[in-house]
Amino acid sequence: MKYAPPGAKDSVVLVQPRYENFIGGKWEAPTTGEYSVDLSPATGEPICEVPKSGPQDVELALDAAHTARERWGATTPTQRAAVLNAVADAIESHAEMLAVAESWENGKPVRETLAADIPLAADHFRYFAAAARSEESSISQIDEQTVAYHFREPLGVVGQIIPFNFPLLMAAWKIAPALAAGNCTVVKPASPTPWSLLKLMEVIGDIVPAGVVNVVNGPGAEIGKALASSKRIAKIAFTGETVTGRLILQYAAQNIIPATLELGGKSPNIFFSDVLAAEDDFLDKAVEGLVLYAFNKGEVCTCPSRALVQEDIYEEFMGRCLERIRAIKQGDPLDTATMIGPQVSRQQVEKIASYVEIGLKEGAELLAGGHRAHLGGALKDGFYYEPTVLKGRNDMRVFQEEIFGPVLAVTTFKNEAEALEIANDTLYGLGAGVWTRDGSRAFRMGRGIKAGRVWTNCYHLYPAGAAFGGYKVSGIGRENHKMMLDHYSQTKNLLVSYSDKPLGLF
Amino acid sequence: MSETGYAGRVTATAAAREAIAALCAAAGGPVMFVQSAGCCDGSDPMCLPDGELLIGDGDLLVGLLDGCEYYIDADLYDVLGRPRLLLDVEPGTPGGFSLAAGDGLRFTVRVLAPTPHDPKETP
Repeated sequence: MKYAPPGAKDSVVLVQPRYENFIGGKWEAPTTGEYSVDLSPATGEPICEVPKSGPQDVELALDAAHTARERWGATTPTQRAAVLNAVADAIESHAEMLAVAESWENGKPVRETLAADIPLAADHFRYFAAAARSEESSISQIDEQTVAYHFREPLGVVGQIIPFNFPLLMAAWKIAPALAAGNCTVVKPASPTPWSLLKLMEVIGDIVPAGVVNVVNGPGAEIGKALASSKRIAKIAFTGETVTGRLILQYAAQNIIPATLELGGKSPNIFFSDVLAAEDDFLDKAVEGLVLYAFNKGEVCTCPSRALVQEDIYEEFMGRCLERIRAIKQGDPLDTATMIGPQVSRQQVEKIASYVEIGLKEGAELLAGGHRAHLGGALKDGFYYEPTVLKGRNDMRVFQEEIFGPVLAVTTFKNEAEALEIANDTLYGLGAGVWTRDGSRAFRMGRGIKAGRVWTNCYHLYPAGAAFGGYKVSGIGRENHKMMLDHYSQTKNLLVSYSDKPLGLF
Repeated sequence: MSETGYAGRVTATAAAREAIAALCAAAGGPVMFVQSAGCCDGSDPMCLPDGELLIGDGDLLVGLLDGCEYYIDADLYDVLGRPRLLLDVEPGTPGGFSLAAGDGLRFTVRVLAPTPHDPKETP
């Protein structure tokens, strides 16, 4: 089926011509009085206007967050869990609307937002509701009459900067643990995807107490910096590229606050010969596992963008994969049959085209795709790129730099040692995939790969409860797991003496 | 860090130079460029107020564009094959905390094919 575009009269998504910031539980016009146009990458046509805020708007959001801070921080885990569960329920009951809005603004196929982004976002709030409820502080008996009590206390007000590739799910990954730990937050969505989170705020704005979640849209150079460098935040979280990651750490250092960062990767996806040992579901799953590089049109930090295939199965295995890649349906993201939609922006699709050109100049062999896809009709101005496969060597630029598009760089390896060497020959360490029927080898590879997440005989699963974060330059911190509560709280130690006896020193 | 021998590996198009001139005039001094990597806006040339990013020993000065320094992480530059780069502008929104290259414009960087005149690499 095909959903009508948001704003069309039979669409499940209502669109106002203009949106405001969400501050202190209210829709507030930006103090700048300026707005920018938000485009759908599917057609290149405007969706709506969103605020082009300035630093003053960040201050207003921080005012609101600080006003709410004490009361929210003093709620019980039971009360916070009730709010988080209600948020999850609201997301679920508006799942279709949110899925269509997310798809139209980002370009990701609605089959993905319906099956993954939105259900996972709802589940994330439930997971942290449960984590908050089950959280226990600790007590240590130092000696018979001295006890160390450890309480977890909220940080206060935090800043969170969201990427464009999963605007709602990444917002959930950040907002849920912050709230569960008793913090208020000021959120800045990514510039290419400012709107879907505002649609979410329409849904949950009355559930979350005023000032607990605030959303401000505008240019990163102004409001991103104003938020990250503010002395009024107690922690900053960011997902994006490395230079902004460094700036964030620098501002955090200046204010002596913690930062968590997720900065991307160039994830290897490794296929050993034995995947072809039988004609069965597992082989079918492994083929799909390689093709998952096209998931979310490759705009995923953990995109399995380097396929390492054992050389003795290369021809046969890649033959099957290429057949599956050729069957990928590209088109309107709102068509449930579409498997790959447009890239998020014009600049993104142009960047992808230039990388492929660089790869070909470097001598890579083009096995599939390699061009912008020009779809007709209403999609003629959309930002589409064909699912592409380049064969080459790991020292080529297309194997080393995150392209953030549906471009797979494939190479071969002789044995396990070489597979591990190639896998680790990258500046990054976010994700990896290992496919084999040999459990011991899977374990050895999993432990040997220097990455925060090694999918073993699976890929691109993001269940709440599985820690996600980077080794090397891929970042600091682990999201998607209750350990994130540590990143959003500070430990209060009460060291209590039950003895009446003086020390005897003075 | 120009003694590393790579300064001058970046050139700019006329449009980029025009954008730089406007930014410098507005700032009353130079801006700086640092080429990024990784998620989302990775490999974008981030344009920042001069001195905004603390430059470390791991950064390489690869170009000077009308008085504005252009840096890249040395390890990154290595794995990219130490290419010559061309700074340009294109329509779009800047990534991360980068300054825009004018109204509705952003900086972008293109990789130039090697030429026989490229300086020899030194260790």
